[in-house]
Order: sequence, then C-alpha cells, then structure tokens
Amino acid sequence: MTDLRKPFSLQLDPDAFRPATAEEKEYISRMRPSSTFFRDGCKRLFRNKVALVSLIIIIVVTLSSIILPYVWPYSYDKMLGVRPGKPVDSSFNNLAPFTYGKTELKNIEKGENVFPHIFGTDAHGRDYFIRVVYGTRISLAVGFFASIIVLIIGMTIGAIAGYFGGKVDIIIMRVVDIIYSLPDMLVIILLSVVLGKTLSVENTIFEKIGSNIISMFIVFGLLYWVSMARLIRGQILSLRQQEYVLSAQATGAGGRWIIRKHLLPNCISVIIISTALQIPNAIFTESFLSFLGLGVNAPMPSLGSLASDALNGITSYTYRLIIPAMVICLVVLSLNLFGDGLRDAFDPKLNA
Amino acid sequence: MSSKMMFYVLKRVLLAVVTIWIVITVTFFVMHAVPGGPFVGEKAISKEAQAALEAKYGLDKPLMEQYVTYLRDIVTRFDFGPSLKQRGRQVIDIIMDGMRTSARLGIIAAFSAGIVGIVLGAVAAIRRNTFIDKVIMVFTTAFVSMPSFIMGTLLLILFSVHLGWLPANGAARGGLVLPIITLALYPMSYITRLTRSSMLDVLGQDYIRTARSKGVSKPKIIFGHALKNSLIPVITYFGPMLAFIVTGSMVVEQIFAVPGIGRQFVSSITNRDYTMIMGTTIFLASLIVIMNLVSDLLYKVVDPRIEFD
Repeated sequence: MTDLRKPFSLQLDPDAFRPATAEEKEYISRMRPSSTFFRDGCKRLFRNKVALVSLIIIIVVTLSSIILPYVWPYSYDKMLGVRPGKPVDSSFNNLAPFTYGKTELKNIEKGENVFPHIFGTDAHGRDYFIRVVYGTRISLAVGFFASIIVLIIGMTIGAIAGYFGGKVDIIIMRVVDIIYSLPDMLVIILLSVVLGKTLSVENTIFEKIGSNIISMFIVFGLLYWVSMARLIRGQILSLRQQEYVLSAQATGAGGRWIIRKHLLPNCISVIIISTALQIPNAIFTESFLSFLGLGVNAPMPSLGSLASDALNGITSYTYRLIIPAMVICLVVLSLNLFGDGLRDAFDPKLNA
Repeated sequence: MSSKMMFYVLKRVLLAVVTIWIVITVTFFVMHAVPGGPFVGEKAISKEAQAALEAKYGLDKPLMEQYVTYLRDIVTRFDFGPSLKQRGRQVIDIIMDGMRTSARLGIIAAFSAGIVGIVLGAVAAIRRNTFIDKVIMVFTTAFVSMPSFIMGTLLLILFSVHLGWLPANGAARGGLVLPIITLALYPMSYITRLTRSSMLDVLGQDYIRTARSKGVSKPKIIFGHALKNSLIPVITYFGPMLAFIVTGSMVVEQIFAVPGIGRQFVSSITNRDYTMIMGTTIFLASLIVIMNLVSDLLYKVVDPRIEFD
C-alpha cells in the first residue's frame, strides 16, 4: 500500500514488483477469445433493451405485413357489398368493428363461420384491417427501397469524391451544396405533380403502385443522396490517410479495388446507421404526400392515404384515423430508437 | 470583419443566389414539360379560344423566350404572372394575401417552439436522469415520431370535437391556437432534444468545473455559461425549422381551414393552376434558402471558434 499520509513521496510499493504467482499467471493467460467488431457491436446492441424491443416490433410488423395478406380471407381492394349480377349491398359499408353485413348475418344464422371484420369496413365496404396491414406493407416498402436508392447513389458518389479528391471532389461538393440547400419538400411536391402527369406506367409492372410512388423514388434518388454522400466522403477522407491504403496502393491496387475492398467496409457502420435512420424519414414523406393526394394510387392503401381518407368521416369513425396513425407512430418510433441503438452499439467513436 | 469572413459571406450569398436561380429554372422547365399544357382537361374549348388564351398568357411564344420573360419579371418586378384559375388575379397578390395569415401562424409557432423547447431542454439537462427528464424525453420522442397531419387531426378531435374548447375553423376567433400548437410541437420537441444534448455536452466542459470550483452560483453557471454556449447548435436548426413550418403549414392549414399560403398551394396543386404552383414554389423556396443563409451566417458570427472554409 502507498502511504496515504505522504501522498507526494516517491516511495514505491515493493509488493507490486514481486514475481507473479502461478495463479496470477493462469488468470492472465486465460484471456477471452478475440471478438470481432461485428460481434462486439451485436453484443452491445442486444444489451440495449430499448433497441431490442424496437427490433422485435419492427420484425413482427414487417413479417405480419408480408404474410397476413396471403392468409387473410379478405383482400384490400374487394368491396364486400359488390357482387356480380346483384345490386350493391350497402349494409357492408362503414361497418363498426366486429359487425357483419346482411348476407354475412344470414350465413351466420345458417351456422357458417364468418371471419370477423376486426376493424370493421371502410366507406366502400372494404375490410379495414387488411387495408391497414397492406398499407403498412406499402409504407415499409417505400421507406426501405427509398433508403436503398439513397444508399447506393450516396455511397458511390461520396466514395468517389472522397477517394479521388481534387477537382472531382470540388465539383461534386458544389453540386451537393446546391442540392442540399434546395427545399426538398417543395421540390418533391413539384416533381410529383409533374411526373405524375408525364410518367406513363400503364402496362408495366409499376402500374399497380402508380406513378406517384415511382416519382417519389426518383425524387428521393435525386435529392436525398447528398447527406449520405457528404457523410461517406468525410469518412473516406479520414480513412484514406491510413497506412493500409498506402500499402495497397504500393502493391498496385487500383482506385475501384481500394474503395470497394478497403474503404467502404471500414465505414460500413456509419452507412448502416444512417440508412436505418433514413427509413422513417421516407415513411414520413410518403405519408405527407399521401395526405396531399400525391401518394399511392387508389385503391392501393398506404398508412398516409388511409389516415387522410379517414378525415372525411372523422367525427363518426375516429378509430379509422387512430389506427393507421398508431401504426405510423409505432413503426417510425421503433425505427428511430433502433437506429439510435445501432449508433450506440456500432459507432466506433463512442467506444473509445 | 476580416477578409476571410467577407469571403465566406460572399460565397454563401452567391450560393444562395445560384440556388434560387436553379429553383426558378427547374420549376419553369419542369412545369412546361407537362403534356398538354394548362388549358387541357377543362371543358372542351374551341381551337380559336385556346389560341386566344395561350396568346393572352404568352404561351404561344418559344419556350426560351417565355423563360427569359418569366425570369426578368421576377427579378425586376417581383411579378409571377397572372393566376390561371383565379381569373383576373396576380399570383403575387394571392401569395401576399395568404402570407399575411401564414406568416403570423409561422412566426408565433417558431417563437413558441424555440422558447418552450430551450426551457424544456435546459430543465431536462440540469435534472438529468430524474423523473422530469424522463417525462420530457418520452413526450418529445413521441412527438417527433408523429406526422403533423396526424397530430393536427388528433388535436382537432380532442379539443374541438370532444371537448369543444377551441374552434375547428382557423378563420374563427381563437382559431389559430390549435394550428399553432400543431405546427410548433415537432420543432419544439426537436429543439428540446437538441438543447438537452448540447447542454449536457457543455456541462461536462472544463470551464464549467472551473466556474463551479471558484464558487460561482448555480444560476449564474447555468444562465451565464452553460445555456449561452449550448444554444449555438440550436441556431443551426433555425433554417430547417422554417422549412418544416412552411411545409407543415400546408397540412395544418388544410386541416383547420386556415386561409393561408399553404392551403392556396395545395388547392393550386389540385386545380392544376400552373402559374400559381410555380409562383408559390419559387416564393417559398427562396424564403427557405434565405432563412437558411441567415441562420448559417448567424451561427458563424455567434461562435468565434468556428473557422471559415
């Protein structure tokens, strides 16, 4: 023990210099197996309860939005009151939760099993539950694919600017500056208005989702890559100074090889985190556009269009707004919290 | 002002001017790429009437000439041409009419969001990890995860339909209260979170410890040292907040029937009033670009540590 009464004396503790005992040697030599960066991050991620719960919610919501439409007895665009050759049965419209239309009531009396309308039906007699599920699927898909587009474009351009530097970098960053200062929402609205008119998607695979969503993807591709590009450029700029890049160059590796094999894998955590945080952003934008009537084409539902359709009967059918609203909040909240958790777990700067 | 700073300001102003020019150009050419033109789709009108209409609005001239005229009118006279659907009215008059309401709405929303957000953020940071901090963080996290049109409708249902405390119509007396709250909640929550994290950052700095060890009183440390320095990142949010308020007002004014520019814009989209869409887009975009410029310059002026590059 050091002598606490003389804190500034240079007396050293001789005990600290004795040779290690066999026990101590054993203790030191039994190090834990070396862990990879990825496994470390996962461990930290799974210790974070909030992020874990968010992840589970995201997985459950995603899986059910994919699987449920296949097993559900109703479809999102079937108007239950409309039957070929018969007058429209309006008793199916605006059903309250767990109530049935006329023909269904008859079938129940006959002893048949009729699947309940959990959330009732909408003004056109369509099962509301499956519309919400399908809308979730559309919104998630829009968010996911928009983020992928942003990721690919931003990653490529950011990596090129960061690696080559010089004139290439200056030109790219000027373009980035200008796009960055464009008011994105206004440009999205403008392009949606125009592309919705000019794009013709009839008879293509995109016909069903409609030109509005395609134009939204285009706009995302045109505008939102800039922040991703900036981020990756910054990362690459600092990574480029590392010795291993120099040694790769010395052994004759080309620019593309170095970017793909050395630089991008090293900023993968930053890329994943910002992509994860991009998805809720895209879902927000989609719901905003749907609200303005520039979203998915009817009868295809999205969470935003469901909420905006619900505004018409807001006083009598409040739950029709509350349900999609809750789903949006739940999805966006869990994605945000999970993204935060990812950042805490994988951002190497925080580990130091 | 140092020459370096002059150079920086000049560069940023130039960038803003270029951005506005690009907005005008893109808006013009994109709108003119719409097939058919503005008068197609209305009731069938004769060829002569159509030609007369196009001549009246200058649509028969070559595209480049129209562009130069449009640009010149905006720059020299601040003139966006006549509205196509609201006959006899100039786009700029409609915009200015709407701006009177919208500006009031937006400014009150921005100020209340700023003040409440900073106070809540500071309280959360000072009382870190206590019950009050957790309550603030839960609510602000919930608010930033909710699109403004949902927030607006929920407030509408709660306060006008069920409780009947506030009018649902924005034009009525006291009708702007709910729109302002709707518009302010998201930026308020964002500012709260921003202030909290930056304040926590500042509170861990050496100079705070120095001040504390000298025996400076707690209020003096918080207001004199911590809060002042932690507000610097908040200033950078000023520009994005305005952009949010501008786009948010489209939704909010639609829900609460506020006669502002956002509602004009949305109805011009549904009416396909092309000159109105162009004019409003350019006007609002320029507003956002200028505000971004102001907030960026302010940021550099306030914090002397930041270098100009």
